[in-house]
Amino acid sequence: MSKVAPELQYSAEHEWISLDGSGPSTIGVSAVAADALGDIVYVDLPEVGATVTAGETCGEIESTKSVSDLYSPVTGEVTEVNAAAAGDPAIINSDPYGAGWLFKVAVDSEGPLLTASEYAAANGGEL
Amino acid sequence: MTENHTALYGEHEKAGASFTDFGGWQMPLKYSSELAEHHAVRNAAGLFDLSHMGEVWVSGPDAAAFLDYALAGKLSAVAVGKAKYSLICNADGGIVDDLISYRRGDEKYLVVPNAGNAATVAALLAERAAGFDVQVQDVSSETSLIAVQGPNAEAILLTLVPEAQHMLVKELKYYAATEVGITVNGTVQDLLLARTGYTGEDGFEIYLPNADAPALWRALLENGQDQGLIPAGLAARDSLRLEAGMPLYGNELSQTGHPYAAGLGPVVSLAKESDFIGKAALAAIKESGDGTTSGRKLVGLKGVGRRAARGHYQVLKDGAAVGEVTSGQPSPTLGYPVALAYVDVEHASLGTMVDVDLRGKAEPFEVVALPFYKRQK
Repeated sequence: MSKVAPELQYSAEHEWISLDGSGPSTIGVSAVAADALGDIVYVDLPEVGATVTAGETCGEIESTKSVSDLYSPVTGEVTEVNAAAAGDPAIINSDPYGAGWLFKVAVDSEGPLLTASEYAAANGGEL
Repeated sequence: MTENHTALYGEHEKAGASFTDFGGWQMPLKYSSELAEHHAVRNAAGLFDLSHMGEVWVSGPDAAAFLDYALAGKLSAVAVGKAKYSLICNADGGIVDDLISYRRGDEKYLVVPNAGNAATVAALLAERAAGFDVQVQDVSSETSLIAVQGPNAEAILLTLVPEAQHMLVKELKYYAATEVGITVNGTVQDLLLARTGYTGEDGFEIYLPNADAPALWRALLENGQDQGLIPAGLAARDSLRLEAGMPLYGNELSQTGHPYAAGLGPVVSLAKESDFIGKAALAAIKESGDGTTSGRKLVGLKGVGRRAARGHYQVLKDGAAVGEVTSGQPSPTLGYPVALAYVDVEHASLGTMVDVDLRGKAEPFEVVALPFYKRQK
C-alpha cells in the first residue's frame, strides 16, 4: 500500500500540494504515482517564472518502464524548482512528500482538489 | 483469458513481487526496485523465473530432418550438446516465433519457444511433423525453468553441484547444454543445464519438474545471498535484453515482419538442401532487398538528450516520418536513452542523426551499432 500523507491535498492526476496560504505552495507527486511508475530516472520540470495552469501538463516524469505527464493542480507562477530531484530523481521514489518535492507556485487559483482521505479512497492509498 | 501461474508463483508472492500479465501468465514484474534488479544482474547476479516459456521435445529418427523443414535454421548441423537460436516462420516468411533449440542427442532436440507463442509453436510443430518419423511432445505445463544470470552466476550454481562435476559446469560453453547433478531438497538430481541467456551477461538456465522448482529457487537464493544474488522480474529482464540489443517477440519480431528487416538474415539458412516452411517466400524477400537495400530495417538508437523513446513513437528526419520505435527506455547501465526502431534504410547507416517524436517534441537520436552494451569477457 502506497502512503498518502494526511496533511496534503491531491489532484485526480496524482499531484500533491501543500497549501499553506502564506507563501508559495509546494507541489510533488504522490507515493501512489511514484510506486506505479517504478524507478524514476528523469523528471522534466517547469521553469522558474513560467505560468502553470490547473489541470494542464507542465512537465513529465519518466521511469525505466513508462512515462507520465506532470499536471499542475493549481494556476500561478512557478517560483522555485527542486534541482536536487531533477539531478537525482530516485529521491522522488524514496521521499515523494519530502525531499522529492518538485516545484513551488505562487497560487492564483486552485483546480479541483481532493482531501487525503478522498484521494486514498479513490486510489487505494494508505493514510 | 485464464490466469496462468508458474510453480514459483507462491515464492514471488512471498518475496513481495508486483505482478504483470505476460502471454497469459501472471509473472513478477519486479520484487523491489527494477533498477536494483538490473544492476544486480550486471554486477553480481539475478534469479529469474522463466517457467512460462515453452518446452517441446522433438525425438525420433527424423528429428534433425524435421526441424530443418519446420524451422528456418539448419538444426541438423548442430552438434549434440550445443544449442541454436532460430526462427519458426509461416509460408509468407513472417516470424511466428524466435526460439532456441538444444540438441540433446542424435535423434533428440528440446525446442524452447516464447511464453506467448508456446501453444502456437507446439501445435505448429505437431502439424508440420506429418510425414516425418518423429514425436513432438509438449512438456511446457510440467516443466519449470529457472535462470541465474550475471557475473557471479557460475559460482552460485556451483554451490549446488557436486565437486566432481564442477569442471562440467565451468567448461560449459555459451549456447551449450549438459545434464548435471544439482542438489534439490537434499538429493542430487540430474537436470538439464543450459548456458544461454537473454541479458548480455554470463548465465545459466535450469530445466526441472514443477514440483522441485520452489526448493531449487529457495536454495539458489540462499546460497547466492553473499554473492549479491536477488530475484529479478520482467522489468529488469526487458531493460537488460534491450541493452544487449536482443529482439523481443511482439516488439521487434512479428508475423507481419520478416527476418531480413530484423537483422536476422544470418539465422535463415537458404543454403539448406531441404525445403523449409517459408523458404520460397524468404528467398524472394532476400532477392527483393526489402529490409536491406529498401524499405525499413531494425537499428539501434542512442538518445542525445535525457528523454527516452518508447514503442510506437515515430522516427523523423527533417520532420518527415521515416520509421517507428519498437522498444525504448532509459538505459540503466549506460545512463542514456536507448531504443530499437525500424527505420528507412537510407537513414539507417551508423552515425545518422534522426529525431524521435516524443509526445509532440522532436528529440535527437543517433543510429548506433548493436548491442548497446557488451560485457567485458
